[in-house]
Amino acid sequence: MIPLGYTIRNILKHKVTTTMTILGVSLVVFVFAAAQMLSYGLKSTLVSTGSDDNAIVIRKSSQSEVQSIILRDQGQIVGTSPEIARAADGSALYTNEIYVLINQPKRATGELANIVVRGVTPKSLELRPAVKLIAGRMWQDAGSEVIAGKSAAERYAGCGLGEKLRFGAREWTVVGVFDAQGSGFDSELWGDVVQIADVFRRPIYSSVTFRMADTTQFEAMKARLENDRRMEVDVFREKEYYAAQSRTLAGFIGIGGTIVSIIFSLGAIVGAMITMYASVANRVREIGTLRSLGFSRLAILISFLIEAMAISLTGGLLGIVGASFLGMLQVATTNWDTFSQIAFNFRLSTAIVIAAVVFALVMGLVGGFLPAVRAARLKIVDSLRAA
Amino acid sequence: MKVFKLIIRNAMRHRLRTFLTVLGLALAVMAFGLIRTLVDAWYAGARIAPPDRLVTRHAVSFTFTLPLAYLEQIQKIDGVSAVTPAVWFGGIYIDPKNFFGNFAVDPVTYLDMYKEIIVQPEELKEVLADRRGAIVGRRLADRFGWKVGDKVPLIGTIYPGNWEFTIRAIYHGRDKDTDETAFLFRFDYLDEVMRETAPGRAGQAGWFGVKINDANRAAEIGAAIDSRFKNSWAETKTETEKEFVLGFIQMADVLIAGLRIISYLIIGVILLVLVNTMVMTARERISENAFLRVLGFRNFHLIGLILGESLAMACAGGIAGMGLLAMTSRLVGQALSIYLPGYYVGLETYVIVVAAAVIVGCLASIFPIQRAVSIKIIDGLRVVD
Amino acid sequence: MADIIVTARNLSKSYYRESLEIPVLHNINLDIPNGQFLALMGPSGSGKTTLLNLLAGIDQPTTGTLTVAGEEMSRLSDRELARWRARHIGFVFQFYNLMPVLTAYENVELPLLLTHLSKKERRQHVETALGIVGLSDRMRHYPRQLSGGQEQRVAIARAIVSDPTLILADEPTGDLDKQSAEEIMTLLSRLNAEFKKTIIMVTHDPRAAEKAGLVRHLDKGELDG
Repeated sequence: MIPLGYTIRNILKHKVTTTMTILGVSLVVFVFAAAQMLSYGLKSTLVSTGSDDNAIVIRKSSQSEVQSIILRDQGQIVGTSPEIARAADGSALYTNEIYVLINQPKRATGELANIVVRGVTPKSLELRPAVKLIAGRMWQDAGSEVIAGKSAAERYAGCGLGEKLRFGAREWTVVGVFDAQGSGFDSELWGDVVQIADVFRRPIYSSVTFRMADTTQFEAMKARLENDRRMEVDVFREKEYYAAQSRTLAGFIGIGGTIVSIIFSLGAIVGAMITMYASVANRVREIGTLRSLGFSRLAILISFLIEAMAISLTGGLLGIVGASFLGMLQVATTNWDTFSQIAFNFRLSTAIVIAAVVFALVMGLVGGFLPAVRAARLKIVDSLRAA
Repeated sequence: MKVFKLIIRNAMRHRLRTFLTVLGLALAVMAFGLIRTLVDAWYAGARIAPPDRLVTRHAVSFTFTLPLAYLEQIQKIDGVSAVTPAVWFGGIYIDPKNFFGNFAVDPVTYLDMYKEIIVQPEELKEVLADRRGAIVGRRLADRFGWKVGDKVPLIGTIYPGNWEFTIRAIYHGRDKDTDETAFLFRFDYLDEVMRETAPGRAGQAGWFGVKINDANRAAEIGAAIDSRFKNSWAETKTETEKEFVLGFIQMADVLIAGLRIISYLIIGVILLVLVNTMVMTARERISENAFLRVLGFRNFHLIGLILGESLAMACAGGIAGMGLLAMTSRLVGQALSIYLPGYYVGLETYVIVVAAAVIVGCLASIFPIQRAVSIKIIDGLRVVD
Repeated sequence: MADIIVTARNLSKSYYRESLEIPVLHNINLDIPNGQFLALMGPSGSGKTTLLNLLAGIDQPTTGTLTVAGEEMSRLSDRELARWRARHIGFVFQFYNLMPVLTAYENVELPLLLTHLSKKERRQHVETALGIVGLSDRMRHYPRQLSGGQEQRVAIARAIVSDPTLILADEPTGDLDKQSAEEIMTLLSRLNAEFKKTIIMVTHDPRAAEKAGLVRHLDKGELDG
């Protein structure tokens, strides 16, 4: 085979041209990786919101808590299910919660955003051990105090520690801030379920969440509850429920990002093609010489393909490195499945790195193919005669 | 004119490279245009909202409903000429993937207010004669192959149960941008069912469409409506229809921002491709340019030649790209029409493309010009590559 | 017969330009025994380079048969020809044709990459070849750091490093000053005399031809005698 050193040193010979091509590929890969990181970041934030041990009950066909209504007596029925684990004091580990969206301006832009106010019970915290109060205190006067998730406190007016906000014709003070380990709860305000239901005149629950005594019995329990005539409900593993809440937006970003990247890549591929044709044209006599030394057409073809792929791989790696810095960036937007704000980070995964590298290599392969074929098809006699 | 000829001849020396450069630019311009148009289309709903229409909704968020009784009270406020109730139904047709907007509206007052929705009078009569009658947009009907008389089942998400409607009318949009993908059915039917099954939820509207006499008084009238319900348990928030629609459009703020950034990056790729070609050209012409200077050509001649060639390629790429954009945007528009009406390339996009081509053409020639001008004649002549 | 390396029978070659036949070689008959140093002379356009290209298997005759190193060339596929060249032919060009991005050592090593030799064996071969051409001290230099004569010596080292059956040289002194040309010719005749290499050299320089064992003349596509 034609030595790799020959290929690499030829790439380095034309620095400006090579740099332009590498930058072109890196921009495309950056966009591709960024979109996938955004999609994956949203997905993992929601997946981490749910726990393997918990199950959640919402009204049949309601898709999400925001549309769900569980009547109070139905909530009690679920609460008496024998499949529910017991707390240390022997009480059933379940919580009825209410989920309400309120408009609150973003600190950054002043635009109104939909924030979740979750009415919770003391058991809610037990069911979500990841949630920890990191500043302030728990509410004492449940009728006028709430606590805020870390991201909510940061991003929305009136949600920071000690700040006041108005909803349900009442003024509320944020007396505590909690950290939910980067999960969806970080974007929520929590208050007492009775008070929240009361001020919004919604004498209902949105969901019931409980710890399963035996997670292997989930299917049986699901079937039993869903077939209970007294209520029309859907039962999900909590983790699966939250993962499904990312489906629309994460899917849209992932697929849309890929389509845009592919369209975007056309320009960069043509750029690579120009570079590679020039590379072939500059070395016609060298190609003839190599052939006369006994290197086959295939060896020439491969050598130029490797050259193109080495350039695009470098661009790809540069793009991935650039995109990895996005990992420090947090984004908050409306989750289309819940209509509520959710904050999440760009997040890199091995799968994304591999996909980005493959994407870059394919760009090099496509851009380098025709020039490499041209190089391989040169007639030795003609190419030796070239200036 | 001789100079122009030389520029073209120079560009044609490497036909393949020139072709590829123009192709690369054209593809990037096309991508830029397609993405910009997507952003434009996304905002179409807000763009076309007339200034004399307001929306009154619950102050807490759109998930809360308002008492239907508010309708009469809003009607009485000075400057209000019409009010119509509507509710977001959020039903699912077979599978959540088949998403489309479905609302309960009062057909007569609704169509009276939203003039861009055109329903044939005889079809409207049919709707009014059937409690479960529905009016569907032309594109939505096309998407699922629905005809007048077809029965459409919806699974309720907000309003439980399985609902069945009969299509009695298919509406057309008055304007190119009008959304033809909505599913409208009778508000009084929904209300009646609620009265029977969940009396607490009867007599509620999701929002009220409000038409006003004078668009200039929109802010004032909106404030008047909101103050009317201040300190009640269901306070209102009244905004222009444009603001209301923007509120929903903002749900995609991250995507829009992302697309905007990408569109600028694409201009970067255009620049890279052209700079690449111009650098190659400069390298090949070093001795030739030196020779031209020996003949007595001055720096500005060389600058003209190089800049001219760069601009010629940039403009050819821009023009070819606009051609590609005109063709592909049509296909994309058709493919997206069921989700996103109003996908067509605006004049502004074409203007930006032309401007970008000129700027990129100039930028790409800087480096080669600097190289051609700074090299000593004697060094230039010596280079044989 | 085993001693005959090249056998050409009624070898003709024509080029076609827009359906116009341009004859280049006409009815060439040639036998070259092992160990010969043959100089092919002739004015430009006489077809000498074309004949050399045919011998190297990088061009095909229009009619006639050509057997080189025991293979009838027309029977070999493109792929087999490449392998055959790697094994049997060492080429020396007028303009050296070294890879500018590779050092002298790496240039000479190139043909060995087509063999199964280990890295260590390759190293020995390259050092020997560069030793023969007297450039052991220039191994790490790039072509542009060498003089024309030195570059051609590297090219000769590249031609002999794989111990080919036949060395073909196309105007090896054409681009060199008198003294360098002299050195190159001494080197070639030494290769022939000392290492028994069969060499076929195309040249129009009578001084270069003097060093060859046999001189044949080509004129208008026909071989003398």
